[in-house]
Amino acid sequence: MAVASARIKSVASAQSPFLSTLMFAPAALYILLLVGGPFLLAIFYAFSDARIGNTELHFVGLENFRSILQSPSFRLAIRNSFIFTIGSQIVVIVGANILAIALENAFRGRGLVRFLILLPWVAPISLGAIGWKWLLDSIYSVISWVLVALHFYKPFNAPMWLGEPRLAIASVLLVHSWRIIPFSTVILLAGRTAIPKDIPEAAAVDGAGFWRTQLQIVIPMMRPILSVAVLFGLIFTFTDMTVVYILTAGGPFDSTQTLPSLAFALGIQGSDLAAGAAISLFLVPLLVVLAYFMLRVARRSEVN
Amino acid sequence: MPLKFSHRLFGKLVRGAVLAVFTTLLAFPFYWMLITSFKQNVDLYTMENNPFLFNAKPTLDHLKFLFTETRFVRWLGNTVFVGVIVVAITLVLAVPAAYALARLAGRWGERLGIAIFLTYLVPPTLLFIPLSRVIAFFRLQDSLWALILVYPTFTVPFSIWLLMGFFKSIPCELEDAAMVDGLTRFGAFLKLMIPISISGILTVVIFTFTLVTQEFVYALTFISSESNQMIGTGIPIFLVRGDVYYWGALMAACLVASLPVAFLYNLFLDRFIAGFTVGAVK
Repeated sequence: MAVASARIKSVASAQSPFLSTLMFAPAALYILLLVGGPFLLAIFYAFSDARIGNTELHFVGLENFRSILQSPSFRLAIRNSFIFTIGSQIVVIVGANILAIALENAFRGRGLVRFLILLPWVAPISLGAIGWKWLLDSIYSVISWVLVALHFYKPFNAPMWLGEPRLAIASVLLVHSWRIIPFSTVILLAGRTAIPKDIPEAAAVDGAGFWRTQLQIVIPMMRPILSVAVLFGLIFTFTDMTVVYILTAGGPFDSTQTLPSLAFALGIQGSDLAAGAAISLFLVPLLVVLAYFMLRVARRSEVN
Repeated sequence: MPLKFSHRLFGKLVRGAVLAVFTTLLAFPFYWMLITSFKQNVDLYTMENNPFLFNAKPTLDHLKFLFTETRFVRWLGNTVFVGVIVVAITLVLAVPAAYALARLAGRWGERLGIAIFLTYLVPPTLLFIPLSRVIAFFRLQDSLWALILVYPTFTVPFSIWLLMGFFKSIPCELEDAAMVDGLTRFGAFLKLMIPISISGILTVVIFTFTLVTQEFVYALTFISSESNQMIGTGIPIFLVRGDVYYWGALMAACLVASLPVAFLYNLFLDRFIAGFTVGAVK
């Protein structure tokens, strides 16, 4: 990344610690106070009995963690967080790779197609999710209407997409995939255009077919960019609560609850800040792992 | 030769089919918003009707309802208000910081850059509970200023990251020349670097604005009254009365609010990607 600037010794690359500190400090302070501070506060709350409206705090040790680990809704939340995150990423990787291949070469109308494909990612997700809530409505769902028209179901007998646990889980998972596919596709597309054209061409001359070229040459060459797409996809899905909140609010019977949505339900709606904070801290270990891999990708590409 | 030709034609057909299927799946909810927005309630809520057709005359009632009987316009205004101020704060904080990291801080620049990058992996869903207390402490509950205070925590890191790459791509010799001509370093930054980087700065403006419109968790947590909502929360929460969904108005609102954001984002797409690819593409 920082190659060009360091090569030539010049006045501009000479260090001026005072000025650079002055220019960097406001942003650093802001982030330290409003990201670092609350993060420490979250840890503090997790070991306390903090409640909304409660002015006195007591240290309660691991009590919050003990009680949430015993709660069935927390176990569901952890399970669902992983199902949604991993499940939707599998759909995304397959879908985005296919879509990126199809979009790679120029064709007429590509700009329009790209705009339409990007809509799920660029439109505010709470609004996209409301759109899905209407598509999956218990009575007026157009999906049910089509299935009834094709005689898969009898009239008035179509499934309740968001009302039955299994179907609700599948629905949330697919809406997550729907949202992330456009993002991953454009990232992968950027990776594809960076591959020199003569490499796949040479493989074709050597007799490798389309799939062999893609699977054995192009996709391995795109590994760094593929990791970036996957890592961001995992982070976005794992930490999201909007999709679940809008579609099911965690229901039916907590069956689609995730760590963030449960933290919100208990911590904000239920006023139990301590429990909410403790639950949201369970996001941290996976985030640390993902951040570690993200940095490795960044480092490696810097060395090359 | 004919064999090869038909092979290529086949490839084109497959590609066309793949694109058609994906475009339909991805854009369908927005197409459905469009259709629903213009349908009369009798049409929407009669199960025998084919939902793909207009079984009754198209209507503008939902749009009229949305703009006159709900606070939709107010929410749009709130969103623009918060967006503009957050953009200003983001620029004031991120532009100098990115320049300092790109040029002045040397080896520490790399490390701090990585630290900044890591902060944009910290999600709102980790911080909203303690931040709700911080907001309460400053007596900003149910105020748009709560959002203005908190939104820069995610717009600033991403903007620094984007701008850092931008500043690094400008050769140092330009500033050298300017400083030899008598400008101070800060003068060179203000009068030379900022004008050169105007397209990068514009990207940050658009990106910050779209992030503000897309945010949901903080707005849901900090804002309670109907008139102080942002579009992302007002539409899904306050266009539902009790258990009654005003689907026509809801879908119209989603569409009206989504399209401008989508359009802006699309214009600057390539630059946003550069911010996400962490240097994995050069």
